[in-house]
This record gives sequence, C-alpha cells and structure tokens, in this order.
Amino acid sequence: MKTSTTMKRNKTLKTVLALSLMATVITSCSSDDDTPEVVNEEEIITTMTVTLTSAAGTATLQSQDLDGDGPNKPVITADNLTANTTYTGSIVLLNETETPAEDITEEVAEESDEHQFFFGLTGSLTEVTYADSDGNGNPVGIEFELTTGDAGSGAITITLRHEPKKPNDGTTADAGGETDIAQTFPVIVE
Amino acid sequence: MKNYLYVFVIFCSSIIYAQDCNSILIGEIVDFHDNSTLSGATINVTGKNLSTVSKENGKFTFKNLCDGVLELEISHPECTTKFITVTINGDTFSEIRLEHHLEELKEVKVIGDIPKNTNSGQENILSVKDIERNSGNSLGDALKKIAGVSTLNTGGNIVKPVIQGLNGSRILILNNNVRMQDMEWGEEHAPNVDVNANQNISVIKGAAAIEYGGDAIGGVIVLEPLPVVRTDSLFGKTQLNLSSNGRGGNLTSSLTKSYKSGLYIKAQGSYKKLGDLEAPDYILSNTGINETGLSLNIGKRDFEQGWEGYYSYFNSEIGILRASHIGNVDDLINAINSDVPGIINDFTYDITQPHQEVTHHLGKLSYYRRFEGFGKWTTQYDFQQNRRFEYDIRVGDDSDKASLDLKLTTHSILTNLKFDAKEGFDLKVGALGRFQSNFANPDTGVRRLIPDYDKYDFGLFAIGSYELNSDWTLDAGARYDFSRIDSKKFYRTSRWEERGYDVDFADIIIEDLGTQLLVNPIFDYHNFSGTAGFHYEINDKDHLRFNYAYSQRAPNPSELFSDGLHHSAARIELGDLRIKSETSSKLSASLERNTSTWGYSFAPFLNSIQNFILVEPTGVEFTIRGAFPLWSYRQTDAVLLGLDASLYNNWSSKIRSDHKFAWVRGTDTETDTPLINIPAANFTNSITYTNPKWNNFLVSLESQFVFEQTRYPDNIEVFSPEQQENVILDINTPPDAYHLLSLNTEASFTLKNKNDLTVGLSASNLLNTNYRDYLNRQRYFVDDMGRNISMRLIFNY
Repeated sequence: MKTSTTMKRNKTLKTVLALSLMATVITSCSSDDDTPEVVNEEEIITTMTVTLTSAAGTATLQSQDLDGDGPNKPVITADNLTANTTYTGSIVLLNETETPAEDITEEVAEESDEHQFFFGLTGSLTEVTYADSDGNGNPVGIEFELTTGDAGSGAITITLRHEPKKPNDGTTADAGGETDIAQTFPVIVE
Repeated sequence: MKNYLYVFVIFCSSIIYAQDCNSILIGEIVDFHDNSTLSGATINVTGKNLSTVSKENGKFTFKNLCDGVLELEISHPECTTKFITVTINGDTFSEIRLEHHLEELKEVKVIGDIPKNTNSGQENILSVKDIERNSGNSLGDALKKIAGVSTLNTGGNIVKPVIQGLNGSRILILNNNVRMQDMEWGEEHAPNVDVNANQNISVIKGAAAIEYGGDAIGGVIVLEPLPVVRTDSLFGKTQLNLSSNGRGGNLTSSLTKSYKSGLYIKAQGSYKKLGDLEAPDYILSNTGINETGLSLNIGKRDFEQGWEGYYSYFNSEIGILRASHIGNVDDLINAINSDVPGIINDFTYDITQPHQEVTHHLGKLSYYRRFEGFGKWTTQYDFQQNRRFEYDIRVGDDSDKASLDLKLTTHSILTNLKFDAKEGFDLKVGALGRFQSNFANPDTGVRRLIPDYDKYDFGLFAIGSYELNSDWTLDAGARYDFSRIDSKKFYRTSRWEERGYDVDFADIIIEDLGTQLLVNPIFDYHNFSGTAGFHYEINDKDHLRFNYAYSQRAPNPSELFSDGLHHSAARIELGDLRIKSETSSKLSASLERNTSTWGYSFAPFLNSIQNFILVEPTGVEFTIRGAFPLWSYRQTDAVLLGLDASLYNNWSSKIRSDHKFAWVRGTDTETDTPLINIPAANFTNSITYTNPKWNNFLVSLESQFVFEQTRYPDNIEVFSPEQQENVILDINTPPDAYHLLSLNTEASFTLKNKNDLTVGLSASNLLNTNYRDYLNRQRYFVDDMGRNISMRLIFNY
C-alpha cells in the first residue's frame, strides 16, 4: 500500500520534472537571430508639388519631407508669381521613400469623393477656383485656377482632407474630416 | 511522543481479543505540518451512529467495533474535513494527519476582507457580489470599488486600473497565478482578462507582495478562481446582463464538477456584445465591443499533493471613437475647442476603423507537494500568447489592413518552496525563469511602433513572516531580478541623429539602409527589491499595519523603443534608449477597525520614485500633414503622497452607509511641477437598505464626487499652420469636477434551491450628467458615457 503511493508520487514528480524540462527546452530553442524585414511606409506623402502655369511662365511650389514622420521639417520652396495673373494649377503628391517614387495623386483621384483640397489665401493672392469635380459633381482641387492681385507678399495654405463633408462651404472648418496634408507656402507676387 | 504511543497501543492489545466485535480503535490526530496534536476534532464513523471528540492530547477512542473496514469523518474547526478508511483488525491504532492550514484545500469559506498575500501591506478584496454587479464591465471598473483604485480610460471599454496614482507596467496582474504578459505598456491596452473568469479578486497596493514580482511599484491585482469544494458535486452559475447604454449585454456561465477525491473540472465562458455607447447628448460613434472569454481548469487538490491545468482564451474587438482619430495639431485644437465631436453617426453594432482586436491565450500547468513536517514545494510552467491588431483609417488597398500587428509570446517557469513546519514562522523561497519574444509583423506597411525583441528574465526571492506573539506579526522579503532585452529595430537615420544616438550608440548599428538603420540594442537590468513590515493586532477589532517596500522596475519596450506617429492618439511618441530602471521606496500604513456596528480604514502612503519614467507632451514635430504633438518619455525623480480612507456604519440591522475617499498628489521633484495623469481626489458615499425577509431585498444609492485635478503640468505652445501663429495647446488642462449618482437594487428568489436566482437592476449616471474625466484619453473629443440602466439575472444551480 505504502509503496504503491510512493511510486505513484514518484511518477507524478517525474511527469512534472519532464514538463519543466520540456518548457526549458522550448524556452532555449525559440531564440532566433532572424533579421527583421525593413518597412518602407506605403501611404506616406513626402512631397507635394504644385505647378502653376500661365502665359507669363511656370512657377512651382513644393513641400518635401523625405523623413516623413521623422524629426526633420518639410522643406518648402516657392517661386515668385506675377501680379494680376490667372494661373492654371495642378497638384502632384509623391511618396519618395519608395524607388521609384509612388504617385499618391492617383489614389486621391480614384477616391475623389472622399478627398478634397482646400485653399487658404492671404495678402496678394486673391482667388482660387476649382477646375475639377468628383463623381457627384463636388470639387476635388487636384486641378484649380489661382488668381494673383497686385504685387506684394502673400501665402497659400493647401490642405488635403480625407473623408470631409461633401458638399461643404469651401472652408476646412465646415468640411471636417482628417488632414492628410496641410502646408503653407509664403509667396512673393511681383 | 512516538514511544509513548506504541506503549499505548501495546497496552490496549494486551487486554482485548480480536474477532468479537469488541475491538478498540485508538486514534491520534496530529497537525500535518508540525506534528502537534489537535484537540477538539470531531470524529464520526460513517454509517454508524458513533461520534467522539479528540482530547487534549489529540487522542480519541471507539470501543466495541467489529473487525473490517470503517470510514471516519474527521472535522476540526480550523481544518479541512477529512475522510479516511481504517481497517480494524483487532485493536487498532491509527494516526491521522490533518491539514491545519486552510490555504490549500479551501473547503472552508474564505472570510471577508482578510488579506492573504501580505500581512503588512495594504490589501483589499473585492466581494463576489461586487464582481457580479460588474460582470458586464471591465476589470478596471470592478476594481474602482476599492478606495485608491481608479482607471485610465480610452473611452468606455478600454479601461486600465490605476493604483494609488500608478498604472501600466507598474501594475502586475496575476491571472490564476500567471503574470499577465499582454502588452500592458500601452495606455490604450486594457488587461486581457474576463472579470467573470476569476471571482476571487484582490488588490495589493504597492510592491509588498514581492513573491509575484519585484517591479510592482503600483501594485498587484490577484485574480483567482473561487475555491472548489472537495465533495462529489456538480454546480453551475449563469449570469445574464443587459444594458441600455450600448444596447447589448453579456452572458457568462460556469460549470464545476468536483469529486471527493479532490479532483475537479471547471469550465467557464463569457460573451459580450455592445453597440455604440452614448453620451447624454450624442452617440459615441464606433465605440462598440465584442468580447469572448473561455477558461478551463482541471486539477486535483489533495492534502499532500495536487496539480492543476488551466487554459484561458480571451478575445476582444473594441471600437475606438471615430471622432478621436484626427489628422494633426490643428484638428486637435479644433476638437478641444469644440463641444461636440466632429463625427456623430447613427447607432450601430458594427465596429469599423479605427479599432483594435486582441487575442490572448494562457496555459498553465502546476504541481505542488507537501513534505511532512517540512513544507510545500510548488512548481509551475505557463505559456502566453498575445496577438494585437490595431486598425487605423487608411486609404486605398490598405484600408482593411492593420496598422499594428504584434505577437507577444511568453514562457515562464516558477518554482518555490514554502517552509511552514514551525508554528508561527513561514518562509518561502522561489525562482523564476522567463523567455519572451515579440514579433512585429512588417506586412502592415507601417513602420513598427514596437520592434521585434527577445527578453529573458530570471528572478530569485525569499519571503518570510513571523508571529512574534499573538498580537504582532512581522514580514519581510527580498528579491533579485535580472532581465535582458535583445531587440532589432529600424530607426530613421534622421531620428537616430536627432536623438544623439549616433554619438552614444554608434556601436550597435548592424546595417545601414540609407534612410534607415537597423540596430541591435541589448540591455541588461539588475533589479533588487525588498520589503519589511508589521501587522499589529491592537485588539480583536483594531489593526495597525506598516510596510516599507523598495522596488525596481526595468523600462518596458514602449519606454525604450517607441518611435512613431500614433494615429489614434494623433501624437508622435518617442521612447529613449538611455532609460534606466526606476526605483521606488514606498512607506504605507493602515489603521483599521472592524466591528459589527462600524468600522474604518485609514491608509496613508508616501512613494518616492527615483528615475520615474513618464511620457508627456513636450512640443510639436512638423510633417507634411501638419504639426503633431510630440510625447516624449523622460526620467525624473517623483514623489507620490496619498491617502485612502473608508468608513462604514450600520445604522440599524437594515441600513448601512459607506464612505470612501481617495487622494493622491504627484510631484516631479526635479522641476517641482505636478506629475501628469494623476487621478483627481474622489469622494464616494452610499447608503444601502437590506431586508433579508423580503427575498434578501437590497437597494442602494451611491453618490460619487470627483474633484477637479488642479495640479497638472503646463500646457504647451505650438505653431498652428491653420492660424499661422503660435497658440496654446490645451492638452493638459483637466476637465471640471463632476458628480454622479447611481442606484442599485437586487433581490433573490427560490426556484429549486434556496435563493438560487438573483435579479438585479441598476442605473449608473442616473441623472444623465454631462462630464469628462481627466484620466479618459478621449476627454478632448467627447463627454463620458451617459445614463446606463442595466438588469442582471444570476442563476445558481
């Protein structure tokens, strides 16, 4: 009687020891030296290039932030504009962290009913009108027209909103949604 | 002693003859642990009308017995009832060992608020009733009942417990003696436990219970199943909760089969579904939850040895308020300045982006064995896997792809020896080994917020308690923990340089990919912890406890490695590779009185933390999307000073009132500024009427007043591209004080067995008050939950 209980105990003890050992083996084996795969952000917009064309010539506004959400600020460049001129504008968005650079404008155009550019003007910039529309006839803003006033300084703030209220009154406050881009270009009108 | 017994047996056999139904059984009852004799035990011979009580020397005698097999039932007020068989063959002597310590078999009911994890620390136990009332809520909500416990919320369904001002990795959660490894480092990561799975819940405030880990600077939450009674039985419990806010509910059910042999099997399952929650004035769009929990325990608890296998599965899919997903700092400014959220949709049960889905598997095997006159050896292996998906609002082909996909796998082995053979002195020594591996799936297409890493832990501890005399108990413990974290992480080159890592950590770069660097940080931490204290029983009503705990915590992966934009929080979070362990010295005391008419507990504490790790807004960073608040981790010295007080009074046998107050003050002593995210003082009063004659009718009204947090760090100044100027970002200003009323009523009815059905009805935020809480991360966007009327049916069978 006593011996059988002792044996039983020993058996249980062995089982437990075996399990502990197994666990140790699992533990020591699962360490791996795999090198993780690099992730290149797919959806990031690094560069917005605005091309403004008029009879007087072409001007470019650009915001480029090659480290995306990294610590570096976007680098903003803006050509001077001619006074009292109407420019035909178009926007190109790129992800330059990929090679070749990915054109994000296409995605925005495909989902144009969920996106809209908004334009805020100050100083010598007088008017922006939309030159494109989505499937529902609401403006998108990839194509637009910009009119300058008298010579001086001014600024244009271009905001891209995802899932804004459409239609809206043309202001970001009314449109809501989330900001995909918000950049301000100080310009000199001469 | 033994010699004396043999003499006794021999003496008996010399006078009585066998085979005549006049045999004598002489027994002696001794304590299993220290071989001391036990008097006052009742011994019944099963099936015969024979009964006796053991004498002063532990002995008992039955005369005129027939030869053959007898079954004896031995019961003792301080022991577990034991059944044994004795073969009577002439005059027989039998020594019966009784388990004089209750903790293992737990057949006797667990008594109220008696702490059991520590003698000198501040410890509170949640009653089963409180758990039942919170069956439809989260663990954090249930724990709020305890003075000094508050919660850090991301909406109504992601609730992290906060103990005396501290949360996250500073709080250790033990699920059936397994330390949860469920990415507790994130502020929007709630504990992956089903509050219904373990109905024995206690909270130890601070690191007094170092057996469980030396890094519990905030505290330990111990979740255990209710003890299984060691008889042949089959019983179950089913609870259904329905709630108006969220228009859903949950169902939880458990079934337990136990055998007299100590074998038991218990299965439990819960399912919860809620749709969008509602604030008093609007729907909180995309705040639904689906939650499933399953658990299975199989084991055998015997007097000398026992084993248990435990498996639990927990899955939750939780919607994150749609309006809290914002683009940049201007969106945040607009949200803070706006009274109503930007997006309010119609009520729905659907959960869309942003949301999170977390699955947690936990498996455990444990075994214990007692050694006569020596102690108990316990060993345990456990396995956990936590898989977390976070879905953000994304465009195009990626819109259904998770932005974060982490798999955390943990193996642990524990073993300990408890020496309890000496009356009044317990010593426990133990060791821990743990391996953890985190895998961050690159298929998300989003740079990893938390990198791949392997973590190794090794710990050793010794704790002891000593009963100086009947009034004084001393306890003390010491622990050493080693941990190594070995990570492989990609840094943007620009970030690497901006942080100055190119100077301090140039040697850990293993690959340069041009714009990104692959680095291999390996950090070792040696942490020590220790605790000492006393429990003084002034008289049978008044108790005084005092504890000092020294504890160290190694930084978690989030504090070290966080690096990136957290869309759902609209913030860039930055960890720091230079972060070292933080060290806490905590003094706590409590003075308690418990009588049938009134009682109180007065528990002040002082927690001084060196190299306290915190995350707070420090500025903004500019991206093409605009500016984002930058939240950086840093270390400083901090002091938390606080008080938890509670008082109850039974005005009559039917009317009782309860009063609770908790206050904590946190200061960054290096800059002499207030700490961020310290819960505001709160004061809760309730009055309860019970009448056992009316079907155990109970009604209670509770008033909860939460003060405004007046101590907070300064707001930050940011440049708003929209306004083209610097503005103050009101990110730290706490909301106003608020007052909530809640009502609870219940009664029990008899269907088959006595009081087997309990019906309850309760209402929280009874007056549908608009309020925002400082420790709710969604306070910038929306009001907190409005009125919720819920009904519960609890059926025991």
